[in-house]
Amino acid sequence: MQIIKTVTLDYRQYLTEKEISEIEHEVTIMETRESAGIEALKIVQSHRGWISDDSLNAIAQLLAISSAQLEGVATFYNLIYRQPVGRFVIHICDSISCHLNGYQKVLHAIKTHLGIDYGQTTEDGLFTLLSNVCLGGCDKAPVMMIGQQHYEYLTSEKAVAILNGLSQSTDGNSSGDFLDKAEVGATIDAKIVEVKND
Amino acid sequence: MTNSTSQSSMLQPLTHLVNLSQPLSLKEYIREGGYQGAKKALRELQPAEVLAIISDSNLKGRGGAGFPTGMKWSCVPMFEADDVNAPEHKYLVCNADEMEPGTFKDRMLMEGVPHQLVEAMIISAYTIGADKAYIFLRGEYHLSAKRLQQAIDEAYSENWLGKNIQGTNYQLDLYVHTSAGRYICGEETALINALEGKRAIPRAKPPFPQVSGLFGKPTVVNNVETFCNIPHIIKNGADWFKQLSPKSDAGTKIYAACGRVKTPGLWELPMGVTIRELLYGHAGGMADGLKLKGLLPGGASTDFLLPEHLDTPMDFDSIAKAGSRLGTGGLIVLDDQNCPVGMVLNLIRFFAQESCGWCTPCRDGTPWAVEILTRIENGQGQARDLDDLANLCDFMWLGKTHCALAPGAVEPLKSALKYFHDDFEQHIDKGCCPYSGSHSPSEIASNVAQACGGHAHG
Ligand SMILES: Cc1cc2nc3c(=O)[nH]c(=O)nc-3n(C[C@H](O)[C@H](O)[C@H](O)COP(=O)(O)O)c2cc1C
Ligand code: SF4
Ligand code: FES
Repeated sequence: MQIIKTVTLDYRQYLTEKEISEIEHEVTIMETRESAGIEALKIVQSHRGWISDDSLNAIAQLLAISSAQLEGVATFYNLIYRQPVGRFVIHICDSISCHLNGYQKVLHAIKTHLGIDYGQTTEDGLFTLLSNVCLGGCDKAPVMMIGQQHYEYLTSEKAVAILNGLSQSTDGNSSGDFLDKAEVGATIDAKIVEVKND
Repeated sequence: MTNSTSQSSMLQPLTHLVNLSQPLSLKEYIREGGYQGAKKALRELQPAEVLAIISDSNLKGRGGAGFPTGMKWSCVPMFEADDVNAPEHKYLVCNADEMEPGTFKDRMLMEGVPHQLVEAMIISAYTIGADKAYIFLRGEYHLSAKRLQQAIDEAYSENWLGKNIQGTNYQLDLYVHTSAGRYICGEETALINALEGKRAIPRAKPPFPQVSGLFGKPTVVNNVETFCNIPHIIKNGADWFKQLSPKSDAGTKIYAACGRVKTPGLWELPMGVTIRELLYGHAGGMADGLKLKGLLPGGASTDFLLPEHLDTPMDFDSIAKAGSRLGTGGLIVLDDQNCPVGMVLNLIRFFAQESCGWCTPCRDGTPWAVEILTRIENGQGQARDLDDLANLCDFMWLGKTHCALAPGAVEPLKSALKYFHDDFEQHIDKGCCPYSGSHSPSEIASNVAQACGGHAHG
């Protein structure tokens, strides 16, 4: 008879105090523990970059819901990553205004520059490429989002310059605090705008 | 839109205080006349009186369906303070999920003048007797989240939120909930499920959310732009609001234009300006060298209209008469160098990807339409494909699916089959896509689509 080993994980040993207190704060805003599930996933992802099985189990335990239920939620929403991602996740808009304005060329340039396709991560662990529905910048198409930063009026050259700027900002170091992404992105964007306006 | 003369404040109430680089603080917003609507409602009017003004104003929902706001609110059960049957909570929810392709108006309102939405939610929550309110914000709008939270924090510290607001016995808590993606979250009952931490699958109606919504309690969901009208209506009156649009309906509308037009953007104009005025007067007409082929008047899930419809007023009834829907009021403009089949394929691919998968016609129908359209665009279409597409439109039409996403997908497809029939036939007859060359933006998109002339595009 084959024995299946089950591991009982104690969320208190897995989640950090900070993560737990942020999640508990969300719980106070909602009526039930279950309803903080999506926020909880986002909180842990913001610290760790993605949601591993262990993270998922720990959150489920903390919120007193089944892992299966939380998995159903986690896989429904596209901004929850259930696989490891690079330090910078590129969300390029493939909706209609960006289509009419030729995002395809920008996408092609990004894929060629990084040597990856949708859903893949570069070998140095820096970039993951994903598509995204309309980013609400249709009057400034084509558009992509990296971290919290939206980049607009893209051309192939501008997109490659943005990626180069981001990888230089890290000196090839793919780890690091994921919360910093937004600020790195903002500085890079400012630089690019300066270049463009010169 | 940062011009704040008194004239523009009366003609462009929603946007005249918009400042995208640095939105007004609470103090500045009050100095510009803000929170007067809230003060009037809470201090001088009973909830029923506020409701009567909103009903009288003829305000219709700006989220896409155009349902009268007063009527929606009037379905919420009201209770005396000491009524034992009163529910523990009632909820007000702002639908800030804005994911309809070609729609970007709510973002401007939230990034540019967040206090207006906060004030609007205070008045609206007071009217329906809600004590908790949520702004359901799409996850990608990081700047909106930050600025709304700042505005909410300020409102708490100045007693516009929390207990005993401005010395009254009214209490309200307001929270921002950021979503984790998926277009279907914008459907109001799916949104409620998402707020409860579940998969965002639409609920059956009835019961309507006004009776049994979030956590089974009475709930009202309205769009950002709908809400932003409320403080101005209360402050200036229902008649003022109706006069804003002398030729039709009531109020202003934030219109948009995108696609290859000269100056894409957003404009707050009287409800009912013509498409022509919007496209040529404000968006500057088509970009150089391009001609107008057609347009979607109100986002991705509306029917195509043609150049012959240019003089149609952009209001709910007129656009409906022309065979489409006002939707969100954002024009998506198709030029003569972009392939209509490619455009429809892009739209339907969006709906197929965003289908929640709950009901069969949509879950299986949208990908099937994508498959057929891809074949046609790639030059491998057959004559019967057009019949199959027409049948699919029928299978996914209103009443045959669990929510309005699938009928929304049908609208651009069905109208394209009607208006661009020749283009579909040419693709099939010639075995290639006739749109290619220097003006086609999607030339190198994929290496499968066979351009007429032999080289690949998509
Ligand atoms: C698939 C789908 C997506 C929707 N997305 C949105 C949205 O992003 N924002 C919005 O305000 N309404 C959206 N709606 C409409 C809402 O269901 C609802 O009608 C609206 O929020 C009501 O607000 P209103 O009366 O103020 O217009 C969507 C509807 C459907 C069927
Ligand atoms: S129509 Fe589509 S999105 Fe709506 S419930 Fe059915 S499967 Fe889900
Ligand atoms: S279509 Fe790309 S931002 Fe709207």
